[in-house]
Amino acid sequence: MKSDILKQLLADRAAKRQVVMATDLASGQVPDRGQLLYPGETDGDDELLVAARRVMLADKSGIVETTDGRKVFLHVYNPPLRMLIVGAVHIAQPLSQMAMLAGYDVAIVDPRREFASADRFPGITLIDAWPDDGVDQFAPDRRTAIVTLTHDPKLDDPALIKVLRSDVFYIGCLGSNRTHGKRLERLGMEGFSEADFARIHGPIGLDIGGKSPAEIAVSIIAEITEALRRPKQAQAAE
Amino acid sequence: MSEQIVEHEKVLEKAAEWKAAGRGVALATVVATWGSSPRPVGSQLVVEEGGDFVGSVSGGCIEGAVVTEARQTIQDGQTRLIDYGISDETAWQVGLACGGKCEVFIEPVE
Repeated sequence: MKSDILKQLLADRAAKRQVVMATDLASGQVPDRGQLLYPGETDGDDELLVAARRVMLADKSGIVETTDGRKVFLHVYNPPLRMLIVGAVHIAQPLSQMAMLAGYDVAIVDPRREFASADRFPGITLIDAWPDDGVDQFAPDRRTAIVTLTHDPKLDDPALIKVLRSDVFYIGCLGSNRTHGKRLERLGMEGFSEADFARIHGPIGLDIGGKSPAEIAVSIIAEITEALRRPKQAQAAE
Repeated sequence: MSEQIVEHEKVLEKAAEWKAAGRGVALATVVATWGSSPRPVGSQLVVEEGGDFVGSVSGGCIEGAVVTEARQTIQDGQTRLIDYGISDETAWQVGLACGGKCEVFIEPVE
């Protein structure tokens, strides 16, 4: 790989651009069109571009054989996974660290400055805003997980109302069954339906009996991982 | 939803950092897997001329051999495409104890 290609690839990833890198496995050289393909931004029916579009949508890197018999490896680089945590509470401390280890770009929104301090959350993006504005700033997408931890309706609900209208892959809410039942009642009054409720994991986390903040964070990371890696089973288990 | 595996180590960033520091660098990438291979296609490992490496292409089974090949690539500038299969348990032979197979592409960062 040429250094300038590597630099461009790193810049693309920092800019959260979808890119597919093509490498001819016989020569290690670059296919005619260039090594970095942007099938989401480029029109055309060039065979490599068409193949790149397919692997990008499937999010699955692999080898393709071209009509002239070359073996080309198409490496998909989709934008990173992201997590927005609502509430800079105690559980958010281990959860944000574990999420970073699992490869997520993490941000925490909390309007209470004494909670959302850099001392408590070194290296984490802190959004000092009301949670619904925080969701807007974060701009969640289909590679985003949202976790609400305040179990305070005036903080959690505005965020939930926003994210239920987005295509995030995971929504989880801390709080007991009773708290969660009341939450769904309030969301029902806002016009949300059973189909919306089914998207919310509450009480949050896999039931592994966690007690400490770190143990609860493990159960949350585990549940998010299941939602990401085998979404059908995760739904069936609800 | 996603088959892409996100790394907790920044392999490509490390490749750029080592290259910028003037060191010889090679990149190894899993390009195909069969059976119970522990790391998915696209997993990467970066090696510098002294043998330091970051990332992984297996569960630790073949990293040693890949690093050796990668150092050859740093020296001769040649790409390599290598199959790793099931290991022979009676010898210190390179292979995957899990019974899987994978194909690893090694290239110099020029």
